[in-house]
Amino acid sequence: MNYFQLFNLPAQFDLDLTELGSRYLQLQRRFHPDQHAAGSERDRLMAVQQTANINDAYHSLKQPLLRAEHLLALRGLKISHEQRSFTDPSFLMQQMELREQLAEIEQSDDADAVIDSIERQLQQQKKQLLQQLSAALQAQTAEQDQQAADLIRKLKFFFKLQQELELTEQQLQD
Amino acid sequence: MAYSNKVIDHYENPRNVGSFDKDDASVATGMVGAPACGDVMKLQIKVNADGIIEDAKFKTYGCGSAIASSSLVTEWVKGKSLAEAQQISNTDIAQELALPPVKIHCSILAEDAIKAAIADYKQKHGG
Repeated sequence: MNYFQLFNLPAQFDLDLTELGSRYLQLQRRFHPDQHAAGSERDRLMAVQQTANINDAYHSLKQPLLRAEHLLALRGLKISHEQRSFTDPSFLMQQMELREQLAEIEQSDDADAVIDSIERQLQQQKKQLLQQLSAALQAQTAEQDQQAADLIRKLKFFFKLQQELELTEQQLQD
Repeated sequence: MAYSNKVIDHYENPRNVGSFDKDDASVATGMVGAPACGDVMKLQIKVNADGIIEDAKFKTYGCGSAIASSSLVTEWVKGKSLAEAQQISNTDIAQELALPPVKIHCSILAEDAIKAAIADYKQKHGG
């Protein structure tokens, strides 16, 4: 299913999220099972199915990585369930170093400063990769699509790191 | 999800955690990652003049299965030749640790890590 079509939005990475949100609400209202309570059994089932599709679509389009994956899937490049290892040594070395910094927070005298420093690095790297991803997806060539797939893989490591950082922050507060 | 006893054992008492000096000529490093879960794995081998892996170390940031898979591989490769270590497959690892299907990618990661380390050694030593 083409989620962009469902929301009647252009199939592109840079989306107007406010527009996405208001179209989501419109569609949800139109297909809400209560609106179809008086309809036939078939109507009601269709409405339930359509509501599920709308929710899935909204969930995917609102998050940049899932949106990019969906866009690539529409172009015939499916990467969402791949199990292949990522092997870029210098990128992984950097990930390893960030993980080490994260692991050392608890022993640090100034945990807040370390958290801030990691947070800044993560934000900066994520921003840069997302800009590159946007440009790669705009090009619409097979080569740039592969490039985009690699950028998504890299971004996944950063989103995971972000989660780990938030977890560490919570543990320190407890 | 329940981990097998072997996974728990390796997770609670990981073997050979640490690092070698990567600039040491007898040391080779394999770095791999799994984008789906964000796991990162570093596996290093120390190879003697006869081409036998004398020692191995690993550092893994990931789930219990990923840590157990890399810990197991460092145990297995010690005393093996590079050609023998090259034969280690993810199915051997998954079987030994009784990994459930959703954790198979952790054993793939460990297989790829040892293969990457062997490739790094060969590259360092011209072939």
